[in-house]
Amino acid sequence: MRYAETGFNLEIDLTRGNIEKVASDPKDTELYLGGLGTNAKILWDRVPPEVEAFSPENLLIFGAGLLCGTPATGCNRTIVTTISPQTKLMAFSMMGGFWAPELKYAGYDKVILRGKSSDLVYLYINNDTVEIRSASHLKGKGSIETAELLKKELNEPKAQVAAIGMAGENRVFYASIEQGRSSASRGGIGAVMGDKGVKAIVVRGTKDINVAEPEKYIELCNEVLEYIKFREENPIPGVMAILSRLGSPQEMAVHDEKWHTENFSWGNSRTRRKGFWTEEVEKEWTETLESARTRLVSCYNCPMKCGATLSLSGLPTYMMKCFTKLTYTMGAFSNLEFGLRIAQKATEYGLDGYSTPQVMAFALELLEDGILTDKDFPEMPEDTEGRFYYLLDKIVQREGIGDVLANGTHWAAQEIGNGAEEYAHNNIKKVEQLPLKLFMMNPIYYLMYCTGEKMNITQIEGQFPQAPFPKREHREKFVKDWFQVPDEKFKQYFLDWEMRGEKNVTPFYPTIEMTCEIVDWQEKMHYIDDALGMCAGLSSFHLKPPYHMHNFPKFITAGAGLEMDQDKLTKAAKRYRTLVRANNIRRGMRRKDEVPPADHWKKRFPELEKELLDTYYEYKGWNNDGIPTKESLHDLGLDYVAEDFLKRGILTDGDNSPGQDASSKQAVAEKEKK
Amino acid sequence: MTVEKIDKKKKIIKTIRIDVDKCNGCRACEVICSAFHAAPKYSSNNPARSRIRIIRDPLRDIYVPVYAGDYTVSECAGRDKYMIDGKEYDECAFCRASCPSRDEFKEPDSGLPLKCDMCEGEDEPLCVKWCHAEALIYEEREEEAEEQEEPEDLEIGLESLADKYGMDKIMDAVARMNEKD
Repeated sequence: MRYAETGFNLEIDLTRGNIEKVASDPKDTELYLGGLGTNAKILWDRVPPEVEAFSPENLLIFGAGLLCGTPATGCNRTIVTTISPQTKLMAFSMMGGFWAPELKYAGYDKVILRGKSSDLVYLYINNDTVEIRSASHLKGKGSIETAELLKKELNEPKAQVAAIGMAGENRVFYASIEQGRSSASRGGIGAVMGDKGVKAIVVRGTKDINVAEPEKYIELCNEVLEYIKFREENPIPGVMAILSRLGSPQEMAVHDEKWHTENFSWGNSRTRRKGFWTEEVEKEWTETLESARTRLVSCYNCPMKCGATLSLSGLPTYMMKCFTKLTYTMGAFSNLEFGLRIAQKATEYGLDGYSTPQVMAFALELLEDGILTDKDFPEMPEDTEGRFYYLLDKIVQREGIGDVLANGTHWAAQEIGNGAEEYAHNNIKKVEQLPLKLFMMNPIYYLMYCTGEKMNITQIEGQFPQAPFPKREHREKFVKDWFQVPDEKFKQYFLDWEMRGEKNVTPFYPTIEMTCEIVDWQEKMHYIDDALGMCAGLSSFHLKPPYHMHNFPKFITAGAGLEMDQDKLTKAAKRYRTLVRANNIRRGMRRKDEVPPADHWKKRFPELEKELLDTYYEYKGWNNDGIPTKESLHDLGLDYVAEDFLKRGILTDGDNSPGQDASSKQAVAEKEKK
Repeated sequence: MTVEKIDKKKKIIKTIRIDVDKCNGCRACEVICSAFHAAPKYSSNNPARSRIRIIRDPLRDIYVPVYAGDYTVSECAGRDKYMIDGKEYDECAFCRASCPSRDEFKEPDSGLPLKCDMCEGEDEPLCVKWCHAEALIYEEREEEAEEQEEPEDLEIGLESLADKYGMDKIMDAVARMNEKD
């Protein structure tokens, strides 16, 4: 018997209309766990670098995490993996909600789509009955609208629906897949779904999910629940509101937005507005949210209330979560009311809430600076808010300038030219980032921005405090009950971190070695979450989370029946993390691509930065160009990756640190001469 | 003239107070209920076997946790709509019966009826324990009630099978099973 997982994937060939239920190899579960891990393996095996995002050979994989559908609180994420049209690399965006557990109860761990349907279709998965059905009547419909129509039409009020809106249908490079109050938004995976001609996937399941050691497993679950309660009653002092309490984060429950509105940048990620958050603004925004919000809502089997149902006068009800709350508001220099209203439309269209407002603000800045002209925006309203609605429609319909903007700031800037590239300034690896512009380079964040392959800082940070606490006594208090650390040394690192003074201050503290360890730990926890289907809001995104390196191995053993301990889990996570990188290396990603957003920090330290990246690469088992070495691949049981790299000339035999760019090779040669 | 005296007895009634305004629809109650009632205990989970269900329609802000009550052979006349606080509820949303007109509270494989047993043996029903939103509050109160013998699970199950297949078929099946033994 398979535990925690079902042991079956659904393989759907959209070109031929063929559906197969295929048993998965339990050996793969041991090596790559599930969710992201096994997704990465499938992508490696079946999607070579010649395949482009919109090739029929590209796969779109919906993977439920290994522990989804078990009673583990908050374990409900679907990891969607494909080749991104925006980055041309491997994309893996996650969504919470209710879809992954439902898929497990229907008897499947993954839905793997390949090929393309010539007509718009939707998939209906109801336990053993799986059908491809016409969705021609749903063309152009909103994502939530589609879900509601399908549930009604199928008379399945309990079905869970993942759907795209018009943005996905029209292959906007930052189109999302929406599912109730959740969405998988980053990397344009909604565009791939649209390209495949799939409007929605409806799932209903009524089967059992088994766990290997029932009593032990439920005990672990109860411990987690108790700790969540403790954390709710004891918020962490000295950190901003959304970090003091668990959640993904609980933005919809919070009224105090001083931190975001004054520290994040407005418009095209340009303007800091110190002193913005006045009593007046607070009162107005509180009223807006209170009157729009009908209820705070949760994902499957989770007591956190990170989402909300919003009903604004004259608009259909929709659900929101997280920071989309403010992105449109800040992009357009407007108020919360505007942000919540336009987000309703954007959610129905199915768009990423980070990229979309940034793209629109970028376009308006280009107009302001004369790189684009009025001719590019025929009949556009005068006011910024009106312009945002205008641009939203143009982008989603790919009409006029909208067709260019629909490819994101990076590609749009390339196409527009004439200096537009300078305006696409807030990207990493071509993806728009949170609008953060800071002063002093921070070594931990430097490495995370450079080497993160999830294209989002919130998807790699979390375990270690973002900044030192002012006084040693605060730090001592903090580390007292910090049992989540995988090693006691991290407590010392934090204790010695000073806010100001001569010693142990940013950017030379934490030291390069410490920084590598901290970044690796933070990243590892996210990767574990993404294989298990655990929400980062109860785990990797948080200081002192209920899930951590000490109880995860126990969850996996008692849940999935895999012999697991910290070392084995660390190695497994490293294995599929390296596989994610291998997929991207094979697609051309190199050190040159691993840079933070251009103007993220005002004060930079080029020498330190170089040393940080050099050391971190080595720490990770990658060569100086960011390519996993033959040795480290062998150590992880990934010899097949090394062979492929050798065949493609990405690595060369005998040389363990090839692939360096010409300049560093030259430097080595010169060094040798001396 | 003598009045027939009905035996009344004091007994503890176990109840759950349900606050629909506090429910946030996470369905943890369904998860732990189905896990507790799995055999062996906690070995599997499946909300479709849960004895509590959230009647849930997020866009219309409807969240009603309902417990499985008694099995009933026939549909009732209850098809009315209730308007509460501007929201429209089906009468069935508040009904605990396992009945022919809906698929709530039936085992997904056999169709046999399910009934909440307040997690016998636990300090409180586990759905209550797992509901951090405090939408479910366990309460005990003393009531006078007529004495009545509770039908056993087996009896309820057999009755529902008889309703579904007819008594003759059931007898045949029992006879066949006997022969095999």
